[in-house]
Amino acid sequence: MGENILEVKHMTVTLYENGEEYKVVNRISFTVGKGEIVGIVGESGCGKSMTALALQDLLKNHIKVTEGSMMFDGRDLRKVTPAERRQINGKDMTMIFQEPMTSLNPLHRIGRQVGEVLQLHGSYSHAEIEKRTLEALEMAGLPDPAKTMRMYPHELSGGMRQRVMIAMGIIASPKLLIADEPTTALDVTTQAHVLELLQRINQQTGTAVLLISHDLGVINKICSRVLVMYAGKIVEQGRTEDILRNPIHPYTRGLIASIPTRRMKGAPLASIPGRVPPVTEEKPPCPFASRCDKADKRCFTEYPGRKTISDDHILWCHIDKTSKKSGKPSKT
Amino acid sequence: MVNAVNSGVSGELKRKKVENAAEKARREKKGQKSKNAAESSWVTGDAELRIGFVVVGIIVALGILSIFYTPYDVYEMNTSIRSQAPSLTHFFGTDNFGRDVFSRAMVGARFTLLVSVSTVFLATVISIVLGLVCGYAGGMLDEIVMRVIDAINSFPSILIALVMVSILNYGKLTIIPALVIMFIPSFTRIVRTGTLQYKNADFVLSNKVFGDSDVRILFVHILPNIYPLLLSSVVIGLSNAILAESSMSYLGLGIQPPIPSWGRMLKEAQDIIFSTPWAALAPGLMIVVTIVGLNCIGEGIRKKYLS
Amino acid sequence: MRYFVKKFAIMLLTLFVISIVTFWLFHIVPGDPAAMMLGTSASQEQLEDLREELGLNRPLVEQYADWVTGAVHGDFGKSIMYRKPVAILLKGKLSVTLILGAMSLALVILIGIPLGVFTAGRKHAISEQLLNIINILGISIPGFFLSILLIWAFGLVLHWFTPGRFVTLARNPAKFFRFMIFPAIAIAIPQTCVLSKYIRTAVIEEVRSDYVRTARSKGSTKFRIMYVHVLKNAIISVVPLIGMIVSGIFSGSIVIEQVFGIPGIGRLLIASVTSRDYPTVQTLVMYIAILILVVNFIVDILIQILDPRIRISR
Repeated sequence: MGENILEVKHMTVTLYENGEEYKVVNRISFTVGKGEIVGIVGESGCGKSMTALALQDLLKNHIKVTEGSMMFDGRDLRKVTPAERRQINGKDMTMIFQEPMTSLNPLHRIGRQVGEVLQLHGSYSHAEIEKRTLEALEMAGLPDPAKTMRMYPHELSGGMRQRVMIAMGIIASPKLLIADEPTTALDVTTQAHVLELLQRINQQTGTAVLLISHDLGVINKICSRVLVMYAGKIVEQGRTEDILRNPIHPYTRGLIASIPTRRMKGAPLASIPGRVPPVTEEKPPCPFASRCDKADKRCFTEYPGRKTISDDHILWCHIDKTSKKSGKPSKT
Repeated sequence: MVNAVNSGVSGELKRKKVENAAEKARREKKGQKSKNAAESSWVTGDAELRIGFVVVGIIVALGILSIFYTPYDVYEMNTSIRSQAPSLTHFFGTDNFGRDVFSRAMVGARFTLLVSVSTVFLATVISIVLGLVCGYAGGMLDEIVMRVIDAINSFPSILIALVMVSILNYGKLTIIPALVIMFIPSFTRIVRTGTLQYKNADFVLSNKVFGDSDVRILFVHILPNIYPLLLSSVVIGLSNAILAESSMSYLGLGIQPPIPSWGRMLKEAQDIIFSTPWAALAPGLMIVVTIVGLNCIGEGIRKKYLS
Repeated sequence: MRYFVKKFAIMLLTLFVISIVTFWLFHIVPGDPAAMMLGTSASQEQLEDLREELGLNRPLVEQYADWVTGAVHGDFGKSIMYRKPVAILLKGKLSVTLILGAMSLALVILIGIPLGVFTAGRKHAISEQLLNIINILGISIPGFFLSILLIWAFGLVLHWFTPGRFVTLARNPAKFFRFMIFPAIAIAIPQTCVLSKYIRTAVIEEVRSDYVRTARSKGSTKFRIMYVHVLKNAIISVVPLIGMIVSGIFSGSIVIEQVFGIPGIGRLLIASVTSRDYPTVQTLVMYIAILILVVNFIVDILIQILDPRIRISR
């Protein structure tokens, strides 16, 4: 595995409904290096959350990983036994979710919920668990860890609850922390704090972070690399600054252009025409083709293979990569 | 420039094409859906309704039939054939007075159903008026009525009936008001909830603006929308009424002998259980079967209209 | 603290209202108690004397006040039927009914909760359909029919107990419980079905929530998730149901005491209703009302204690 903590190859996640099969994630491949912060960006429904849930084996009963491999720290996550999986979850690979409101058990005190991670993984004494819980809470930026430990979830604000989730995610010193839209339910200032916290944790402990968001601005803040997903496929990936400076895939360009900046004040808001296709809909080989203003008939018949633009920058598109002439997304 | 316009237009067309194809595929796949749903639980929706109707239908038919014909006379005592086990001539045997148990059960069905249906009918009428008024008017009236209803509701149902019966004396007629009081709280609550739901609906408000009187709004616009849920509860209420009526008759406080009623027959059967254990079978089974049937219908209606 | 005091005050107020309603019901509506006690052949003079004695000629409010003061001192009036003070009649019967109720409640909780959890686990197995049918039957069979079946099967056929021969706890505890278990079962069955159905729904609901997902993400075992996380939440959502279940147990015991011949207040109630013995009926109704109110009060407190969300955010 070398310097990668996670290597995903050709992973497909299939949804079974009413006797039909739908691919919510379609043969994607990516890596996360040790100690790296990688982001996955895309609109709702593109499969990014499913990818995260697949990694942690939290998919619901009628959704399964049907293809490919997920190598985590040298082991194929698809082949581990349930007992091994329970070992990995919470200790080597942890996850924090979008809704801190409901992700905590309303009947247990904070200290107990955070400490539970250590109870499940290894045998620590009560005193040690308490000590490490306090440390984790403090590292997560909670102002009064001792007091917070005795409180119940409903007594905390959204931002504090998310910090508690983060504390739960780092207390066992995981190798990879997956953050699924951790800031979406929070206000802007708290968002910044949480992202800063994730970055600090990454720097201090070397924990790799896989950050998932629909907001490029969020990704841009702390991710060194980013994957752009659309309708279950990765369409472009590379170092964040490369992608932002030189986006090639029309979807990526559309995403970036849709971010309102001060410069655009007064001008009509840019948006990508059309809508994200539901999972059940038939899609052309390049799923973005029907919304793409640069699509030609090749996009509807032939799957765009992987093209390496530079070092890290990879593209899945038929577009002529050398052409700098690219149409602007239509204005509403 | 021209290229861009063209590709834009053709892009649109292509998108539409893909979308239409997807729609068609989706519509075809929908046909499969109900088959899978039915496979997963066989006692659901329609099946439940059918079973319920068949079962209740049989009982009701027997009850109605009993007006004109019963295999044997229901009151005549004939000690020479008493306490006979079930046989081909007497489907459920004879009791200790020589009366055919099955015939008595048929007549019992008639009276029990009569009492229960009247009870539920009355309770429904009263509850509709009460619920509509309370839900629509709100305010003090609503508060008071709902508190009273809550108080009645927290009491054991039998107790209410017992209290009524003790005040009013017992018999065929008094059992009905006694039972009616038992059902008014829950029915009223349902009607009231439904009224509250629709009270501020757009179509109601627009009718109001056009000058519809409140009464008319209540009965012509709101009530029809509440029917399904109320219907389901009424049917289940009917099954509870039968349960309550037979309990009261068992205790001797309902329909009086010699008129047979299921509850009374069970009491008599218990007294002779040593010699004639089968006497309890007919009335008991009929009660269970009717109640289960009515519950099936009620649940079936609820599932059908509320999904 | 203030909350409890307020709830307690409401309880007392409700009790007061119930006492007035009960009093009114049993004094105004039925007619002349004297005539009922002495029968139609009594002379006018005898009736007058009795009325005087019973205090029926005094203003209603006075009669009510009398009754209440009497009740507080343990004097509940005199039974028309038995010609004894009602208080004497009640002796010993209340405890029997309470024991029966407690046994039923224990059965309901001890069987209903595990049953609900068990059925929540299986979704489309045959066992689920079977349990579904049993459930429907459980709430459809009238208590007295079920009792008759139990009496026949376990009493007459298997001889596990002697129907009709009730033994007091003091005299023979073993036989007492061997007898009482059957009416307790008869009362418990419909309530168990109701409770297990609710628990099942609650558990299925909780299993789908986000905090369960978090627990799985932490690497928790299925067992732990069920018993440490889900069950507690499910039970809390079901506690308000206990009031209804207790009410149902009372309902059931009234009729089932009659079937089994148990000398409890249920049977006394039936006897006094049948013989129009108003003082007794009135007293029993008040007793039951008090019990119900107390149980509801306890349930309220229980919710307060168990659910930190309600406890703390006041």
